[in-house]
Amino acid sequence: MPADGYLERLKREGRIVVVGASLAGLRAAETLRDEGFAGTLTMVGDEPYEPYDRPPLSKGVLLNRTTPDHTALPRRRALDADWRLGVAATGLDMAAKRVRLADGEELEYDRLLIATGVRARPWPHEREAELDGVFVLRTRDDATALQKRLTDGPRRVFVVGAGFTGSEIASACREREIAVTVAERGAAPLVGALGGVVGEVAAQLQRESGVDLRTGVMVTGLEGDSAGRVRTAHLSDGSSVEADVVVVSLGATRNTEWLTGSGLGAGPRGIACDAGCRAFDIRGIVTDDIFVAGDVARSPHPLFGYQFLSLEHWGNAVSQAETAAHNMLCKSVDRRPHMWVPAFWSSQFGVNIKSVGVPSMGTEILISQGSLAERRFVGVYGYQERVIGAVTFDQARWLPFYEHLIETTASFPPPFATVDRRPEGARPVPADFPDPSVPTHGPTVTLSGYSPADRRMTFTPGRH
Amino acid sequence: MTQGSLLRQILEYENRHDPYPLYAELRKAPVRNEDDAYVVSTYREVLSLLHDPRVSSDARNLTQSAGIDLQGQQEEETTLPPSFIRLDPPEHDRLRRMTNTSFGPPHEPRRVHEMRGELGGIVSDLIAGIGSTDRIDLVEQFSYPFPVTVICRLLGVPREDESRFHGWADTLAASLDPMPGEDPTERNKVFQKARTELGMYLAGLIEERRKNPRQDMLSELSTLKGPDGSMTTMELLSTAALLLVAGHETTVNLITNGMLTLLRNPDVLERLREDPGLSVPIVEELLRFEPPVQLVPNRTTLADIGIAGVTIPKGASLWLVVAAGNRDPLRFEDPDRFDPDRKHNEHLGFGSGIHSCFGAPLAREEARIALSELARRLVNPRLLEDPPEYRRNAVLRGPRHLPIACDDIRP
Ligand SMILES: Cc1cc2nc3c(=O)[nH]c(=O)nc-3n(C[C@H](O)[C@H](O)[C@H](O)COP(=O)(O)OP(=O)(O)OC[C@H]3O[C@@H](n4cnc5c(N)ncnc54)[C@H](O)[C@@H]3O)c2cc1C
Repeated sequence: MPADGYLERLKREGRIVVVGASLAGLRAAETLRDEGFAGTLTMVGDEPYEPYDRPPLSKGVLLNRTTPDHTALPRRRALDADWRLGVAATGLDMAAKRVRLADGEELEYDRLLIATGVRARPWPHEREAELDGVFVLRTRDDATALQKRLTDGPRRVFVVGAGFTGSEIASACREREIAVTVAERGAAPLVGALGGVVGEVAAQLQRESGVDLRTGVMVTGLEGDSAGRVRTAHLSDGSSVEADVVVVSLGATRNTEWLTGSGLGAGPRGIACDAGCRAFDIRGIVTDDIFVAGDVARSPHPLFGYQFLSLEHWGNAVSQAETAAHNMLCKSVDRRPHMWVPAFWSSQFGVNIKSVGVPSMGTEILISQGSLAERRFVGVYGYQERVIGAVTFDQARWLPFYEHLIETTASFPPPFATVDRRPEGARPVPADFPDPSVPTHGPTVTLSGYSPADRRMTFTPGRH
Repeated sequence: MTQGSLLRQILEYENRHDPYPLYAELRKAPVRNEDDAYVVSTYREVLSLLHDPRVSSDARNLTQSAGIDLQGQQEEETTLPPSFIRLDPPEHDRLRRMTNTSFGPPHEPRRVHEMRGELGGIVSDLIAGIGSTDRIDLVEQFSYPFPVTVICRLLGVPREDESRFHGWADTLAASLDPMPGEDPTERNKVFQKARTELGMYLAGLIEERRKNPRQDMLSELSTLKGPDGSMTTMELLSTAALLLVAGHETTVNLITNGMLTLLRNPDVLERLREDPGLSVPIVEELLRFEPPVQLVPNRTTLADIGIAGVTIPKGASLWLVVAAGNRDPLRFEDPDRFDPDRKHNEHLGFGSGIHSCFGAPLAREEARIALSELARRLVNPRLLEDPPEYRRNAVLRGPRHLPIACDDIRP
């Protein structure tokens, strides 16, 4: 059994390289060791820090409850890895099985895991983006800089984009009694991820908490003073807002540029992989030694019509990393599919928001428990007469039930009575998602696969 | 009603000391209809029903007659409104949330955290007061007085009243534990008297705390004014009564079952003596292995629920046997083994879902401190009776007495 012999050798003395030393990278590495990998493990990360946790950056850190250097991810076990921190991977030679690093070194691998995640989309006008006082929030350094500026006591913070991160930043500002304006192109905060019905609740929450919320507007420009400090944001409705801190929260870009020309199926939508986390090459052929996990991956999901999903979800990064690591070390028949039901949480304006499934696929929503007016409710999303997603505002303990409905493709609207079903929950209403072709701040789930209804994708044969 | 139904047998006192073979029998059919109740006994099914919004805790939704009045006098007519354990959202959420603002949610266990030193002090005093080591009744001398004292401190019952309070609590607890052969009307009178006295005492205390608030829960709850409004005196009384009853009857059993299990597993007791930190996984494993609350009765279905091949009809009475789920071999490997090193021990000992044990952080802390201190201080402890005499109650299961002996008590 040559293949078995190979696996035995791989486990004993193989070389595994993990590119992207954050949540997915760390959890994968730990799983590799848990599953008996005794060979050389190299962790490549372009940030100078050991793996840290991002959700606290927009929550605890901005509230001064914790500091950015206290966000290190807890270790599940000792790793015995060779850490290459502060060095980016710059290229991949699939044939030679080598990863090129920014410092010129090359790392040979038997198995490669790519977990390079995403980065914040910067303000598109470069000169304006460089003004002092303009921030994004994705990394520890971003958080350190922003936290410092908030502690200096800005007169007003201006947040561009009311997705989850933008809304959490606004929430932190209000909690610290800092004046804040939020500008959102869509009709309400969170519409891209949760639709207009729930977005309206988020809008009320923001307004009641004293956020100056501007919806249906675009930011057309940022203006600085003579010293190069940001001063004014100009909006498409002709108005302008004076602010000394601007946080750009326009969603994320996948970190795949370093793979350009490598022949791997990597592009702006992420790296396509099969349900077992194996990456595809550009010919649509699955690789055997390159695996992907976390925010950078896009993988087909049977519960959602085998659509390729890109998820910017903490739980997905962990679960996909564990699956990838497991599959890296085992025979093909022992591989596991990554079939995690998408789940996401956020906390803002004193509300704990959680979702499961893919709400953004839903066309209708039904409030099955609680009430929108009280901001404590469960909203169930329906797509083609089945339950496709659910969101809770301060009702998280019910979520496993709704997750089960999604997993079992239960019918929508749910036909049964529930505790705390109010008259408004008697009938589904349109979920009111913006037209997907109009870019918003970015939902945290992106359908990135081809669907027969989708005629916008065009095939461009490459010229090598 | 079949006389020999499994449910009947579980309720039979003679099976109290070891109901687990019966639970194994129950699990052969995850959902069964017995004595007009639907009994659910497997881990997955219990867990899913605990999260099912078609399952109500509100007695007013019950349409079928539940065959067995298991709670006995607990369900006694009372002028108090139902406490949040017997309510559905939104009322449940509102009352639980308000109570939480004073107690502290699990992710911010402020009050429990701050009580640690005090808990250690109470435990020390109780152990110091044990006296003769030839025959110790662990229940009477330790695991019973401990949580009652804790509840007193938590609510803000003044020290000088604690002994009166203990008396009422004793009487109320005894009523949960019907003694065969006693005159029920006489017992009932005693019980009602204690209940009324306790109620009046608490009402007086609440009045007093409204005027001169302190740092205790009664003060905080009686002066609370938040987004949920405030609690009426009646709501506050039923909440206090809930905290009192649910808060100590369970912990007594957790600690007593705990010591019993440790004495039956001397190697684990030895490890605990060496490493008090082991009390964390030990308590979790106890909550799986010998949970103080064995089953959650009296839930009601609001709709037909199809589960494990059975359709439970709307309006049915549902009994979730969490202790059986905790030993489901489909969920826990080698479930009848007491194994503090167990991984992924997501037991049902505190329930789950919106009614999951409110006092869990406190119960955990109490049991950890109690068991690690007992392990450290009792020299060569041993059981004098095995199995010990159990309380009658099948829901809140635990020994009535736990006679033990030891050679000495370390300082
Ligand atoms: C502010 C904030 C709040 C969030 N809040 C929540 C939340 O509440 N709930 C939730 O579910 N999720 C939340 N998320 C999302 C969650 O943090 C991500 O899903 C998770 O971090 C994904 O992990 P990852 O390892 O795939 O990617 P990342 O965490 O993005 O890590 C990728 C790493 O790879 C590095 N890298 C990139 N390119 C290279 C290269 N060429 N060479 C070497 N290294 C490279 C990156 O610098 C980065 O360190 C939040 C994210 C942010 C930014």
